Amino acid sequence: MKKSANSNPVIKIEHVDKYFRLHHNYSLKDAFVNLIKRSKRDNSLFHALSNIDFNINEGETIGLVGVNGSGKSTLLKCISGVIKPDKGKVLVKGRIAGLIEVGAGFHPDLTGRENVFLNGAILGMTKEQIQKKFDQIVAFSEIPQFIDTEVRFYSSGMFLRLAFSVAIHSDPDIFLIDEILAVGDAKFREKCLNRIKELSKEGKTMVIVSHAEQQIRQLCDRAIWINKGKVEMDGDANKVMDTMNKFTGVSQKK
Amino acid sequence: MATQIKNGFYEPGRSKGLLDLFKHSYLLSLLRRKEVKVRYRGSFLGLLWTYIKPLTTFIIYYYFVGKIMGADRLNEHYAIYLFSGLITVQFFNETFRNCTKSIRDNAPLVRKIYLPRELFPIASWRVAITHFYPQLIILLVASIIQGWYPGPLNLLAVILGFLLVSGLAIGAGMLFAAMNVFYRDAENFVELITMITTWFSPVLYKWGMIEQHMPGWMFSIYMVNPITQAVELFHYAFWWPTSVNFENFGLYLPSHFNRDILISLAIVAIMMVVGQIAFRKYEGRFAQEL
Repeated sequence: MKKSANSNPVIKIEHVDKYFRLHHNYSLKDAFVNLIKRSKRDNSLFHALSNIDFNINEGETIGLVGVNGSGKSTLLKCISGVIKPDKGKVLVKGRIAGLIEVGAGFHPDLTGRENVFLNGAILGMTKEQIQKKFDQIVAFSEIPQFIDTEVRFYSSGMFLRLAFSVAIHSDPDIFLIDEILAVGDAKFREKCLNRIKELSKEGKTMVIVSHAEQQIRQLCDRAIWINKGKVEMDGDANKVMDTMNKFTGVSQKK
Repeated sequence: MATQIKNGFYEPGRSKGLLDLFKHSYLLSLLRRKEVKVRYRGSFLGLLWTYIKPLTTFIIYYYFVGKIMGADRLNEHYAIYLFSGLITVQFFNETFRNCTKSIRDNAPLVRKIYLPRELFPIASWRVAITHFYPQLIILLVASIIQGWYPGPLNLLAVILGFLLVSGLAIGAGMLFAAMNVFYRDAENFVELITMITTWFSPVLYKWGMIEQHMPGWMFSIYMVNPITQAVELFHYAFWWPTSVNFENFGLYLPSHFNRDILISLAIVAIMMVVGQIAFRKYEGRFAQEL
């Protein structure tokens, strides 16, 4: 792991382990059946993250890569605080905004305007901040004519535009981005990417989960390849992507 | 937002519980507004339903229990007696029920974004207050028509009653909200409790009638039940000042009124602490269990 002398960590991930239970025996009926059959309760645990340990420095743009189910999103959720690690610790400095699935706080029965305020507040903005940025948010989304329409009538593209727009304007110190760059049409996607690059240049710290190789190579200085819940490789984004491609390529040929 | 550790580092996802919510008052008000709006979406009568439902309950009780079964002969101004108790219990029921469901109802948010999860039960309580206010105003108007002339103690009783019911409902609500994440049974169990509350407090009848029928130990429980005390406090606030000659009806305040109120307060405080502790203990698993 590279740690330059002047590095200033804002996220410290210290020996994090996370388990998920694969089966649940919830009902009284199930418990009773198990008792009679004397079958052992299947309590097998899935080791989602094992001994993850690295720092993320201020201003870094980091890509988390790996195949589906490797634990990238789980790790991101640990960083955002949505779930807690079973072992180890995550420490962060500064305000985090998770763009883990944009629009999670959007409610279809509220208008675009109401949703902007609600989500701004959910992402940690104050009323004044939202009011100040409201016009910018709407302008970025390019759907000003629908802002007082209930979101249920939005097309999925319009919805994502507004949701992304709120998130990107929420002005946190650390952005967590999970697979959201697949937003909208090509032109809007381009705009989002540019915005993210701008924010990155402004010195925001970003953690991006993506399967889009191009995006990782373009945006990130550093990538962390996670495989089966372990850090497989940590380093320069291009090198990590090359190695990972070689690895997955080989296993595909088998 | 989270516990400060050192050098500005903190562990994400750790909140100070209820105390953290002061920082989120704006978000709370937005969540409340959302709840209210969503609930009455596509409804022609909208918020008018908050008047219609309790009034219907009131009319049914007033007619069947009051007139037909004769409860109104025992009390002067039975309508006010009934209504002041009824809105107290209904406020408790709604808060309790909504708090219990609050985490599950906000599952998408709980799963994806970290917010102090206490926000959701508290927002539910605020929604219940929104529904409670209009009823309180109706009660106020009705009492004034009947010659209500309150002293400072009567007004204090309103506040105390409100706090008792709120605290009990929030504390128990948080406990059941946490349980409801793991077992849906919690929701049904709460429905069961809300069915009992109207009867296990002196809403339809006088507390004195209960004393004659209940075993002593059960009556003691009945009297320290914070809902009983809240209902009595509301009676004391609204109904007593309108009933000038209650002595003629053989009515008197419960013998250990003050002591029982203190015990109720203690029960509410314990419930809040238990609810908060249970909530925080299981909060870390909400996102993955939902």
